[in-house]
Amino acid sequence: MTDTRVPLVEMRDMQKSFGGIKAVDHVSIDLYPGEVVGVLGHNGAGKSVLMKMLSGAIPRDGGEIWINGARAEINTPRDARRYHLETIYQTLALADNLDAASNLFLGRELVTPLGFVDDSTMEAEARKIMARLNPNFRRFSEPVSALSGGQRQSVAIARAVYFNARILIMDEPTAALGPYETQMVMDLINELRRTGIGIFLIDHDIHQVKLMCDRAHVMKNGQLVGTVRVAEVTEDDLLGMIIAGKMPAHLAG
Amino acid sequence: MATAAPPGPARTGGARGLFAALEVDARLLGMIVAFGAICLAFQIWTGVRLSGPGFDPMGWLTGGTFLTPRNLFNLSIQTVSVAIMATGMVFVIVMRHIDLSVGALLATCSAIMAMMQTSVLVQGLGLPLGDPLLAPLAILTGLVAGTLIGALHGWLIGYLTIPAFIVTLGGLLVWRNVAWHLTGGQTIGPLDGTFQLFGGTNGTIGEFWSWIVGGLGVLGAWWALWSARRDRIRHDFAVKPIWAELTIALLAAGAILGFVAILNAYQIPALRLRRMFEARGEAMPPGYTEGFGLPVSVLVLLVVAVAMTLVARRTRFGRYIFAAGGNPEAAELSGINTRLLTVKVFALMGFLCALSAVVASARQTFHSNDIGTLDELRVIAAAVIGGTALSGGLGTIYGAILGALVMQSLQSGMAMVNVDAPYQNIVVGLVLVVAVWIDIVYRKRMGLRR
Repeated sequence: MTDTRVPLVEMRDMQKSFGGIKAVDHVSIDLYPGEVVGVLGHNGAGKSVLMKMLSGAIPRDGGEIWINGARAEINTPRDARRYHLETIYQTLALADNLDAASNLFLGRELVTPLGFVDDSTMEAEARKIMARLNPNFRRFSEPVSALSGGQRQSVAIARAVYFNARILIMDEPTAALGPYETQMVMDLINELRRTGIGIFLIDHDIHQVKLMCDRAHVMKNGQLVGTVRVAEVTEDDLLGMIIAGKMPAHLAG
Repeated sequence: MATAAPPGPARTGGARGLFAALEVDARLLGMIVAFGAICLAFQIWTGVRLSGPGFDPMGWLTGGTFLTPRNLFNLSIQTVSVAIMATGMVFVIVMRHIDLSVGALLATCSAIMAMMQTSVLVQGLGLPLGDPLLAPLAILTGLVAGTLIGALHGWLIGYLTIPAFIVTLGGLLVWRNVAWHLTGGQTIGPLDGTFQLFGGTNGTIGEFWSWIVGGLGVLGAWWALWSARRDRIRHDFAVKPIWAELTIALLAAGAILGFVAILNAYQIPALRLRRMFEARGEAMPPGYTEGFGLPVSVLVLLVVAVAMTLVARRTRFGRYIFAAGGNPEAAELSGINTRLLTVKVFALMGFLCALSAVVASARQTFHSNDIGTLDELRVIAAAVIGGTALSGGLGTIYGAILGALVMQSLQSGMAMVNVDAPYQNIVVGLVLVVAVWIDIVYRKRMGLRR
């Protein structure tokens, strides 16, 4: 089942050590357009480090990143943004003291011809995107520290969606959300997938992975256990890969 | 997409509703009230001391010497040096750093500028004493030196990740004694005449130009209010009711022109006026009077205040400072180079220290070895009293300037009523602690997180 299309993202032989510990140990994974791919594993399996190397938040020790079939140089978060690669961090990475629009445009502010930040235009744009993502959102003039978990999440998502992401990394996007908001995020993921965006989804909820993902890369102790089509495995198979680090019997060998 | 909320008073009523409609910052209001209370207290206190025995509240109030043009003029020029540095300290503290070296850095810059204008330029470049180029060249050298030293601090903090507390604690010792070393501990003066224009009484722009500056200030404030409202209307956002806008516009104009009127009301002493006329080779007309008007140093502070407020609110640089203070990790993940940002913020702090050094040394007309001693504490206190949170991410420029004014008015008020020096410092110390405590209580009540 080799895919003949050019992968949207290909990470080849990625490596990262902290002290003597190999957090990511020669891992190669890929992602195709319009695909949602789970990145699974226990805490400390190396999945977050792997994704942070892709988003430029952590410099890599070795390995190559290829985007649309071309070698990509991603060493800082700013580099990643040039490749339309956006990340929604589990911590959301919001500046709590700033309002929603300031956070949405943080690092990419709209400016007036004189070079001053154009707060009112940014707020207007923020209102537009939030009307689409979370129509109940009203609190544009308050610092995001005053917002609920779901509202904060929608600000973080809006930041990725607004700038026309081609590649999206989502780190447990529904972990802090209630059922209604979780459904909202899942609907959004499906909508984005249809537009041809590729999504890496880091998640602990196996049920959700079965529901959302096309494929899954499973990691343990910094190494890749294997990559499976989610439709071809059961939830127990996935759990076995995560916990024991073994491929399911019907796919192994 | 109309999201206009009904105006406040209709729903809430009372004073709180009024302020909500005006969208006046409660903290700003609190500080103005505190400043007013201090002024009133010292006005009465000085009145009581001057009047004879007997109970005469009206006589105390009118007989006091605190709320006189002369004292308010002096208060404003005494505040400038600390206030200029406090605006920079806001950025430093917002970024979760601290700068303990500002007083020492001021001394080094002051020493450099004093030596430039009295010896280096005179002996080295052969400029005659009194040459019009002396002051600009000396000031330029001082500003460059301050900026570079500040940038060095920022580099040690941002790139070598040494805590700001340590870097600037070391800097306090280093620069205080570099100044000493440069001058051999000697007092250097008198400073150049042009340079002394930045000191206060020796450099005022006169009544006419003060009204011009005041008028421009009013127009500027009105333009800012109007363009903000126009922007919000253009995007269909809710706007304040027009009466609220007009009230604020009138208050702003009143404050600006009132300030100018007070400074203009302080009359230049007749003896001094006569000398000014004699210097021009004219005879003073009988009965001629003239007010001092805006001191150049206060004008410098006003320019710094407007510029720093613009930087804080309307530039990417300012936005990144606040973002990095609110959540350093988020700032970095957004592609902000927080290390370089640290260098820039401390370089700006150094620049402002040098600017304060111009004002401080010009005010005393010479450089002294102890100039700026303990200023670091006054500057930090001014920023903190002005609502800058040491935990980072929160602070305003106007707050820091008002903080400096509150502290200075306490200090000079106590001096006027002959409170002994140790008690003065005890009171200022207590005020600092109490002010921060009130701020914490206020934030808790309002449900704001620090």
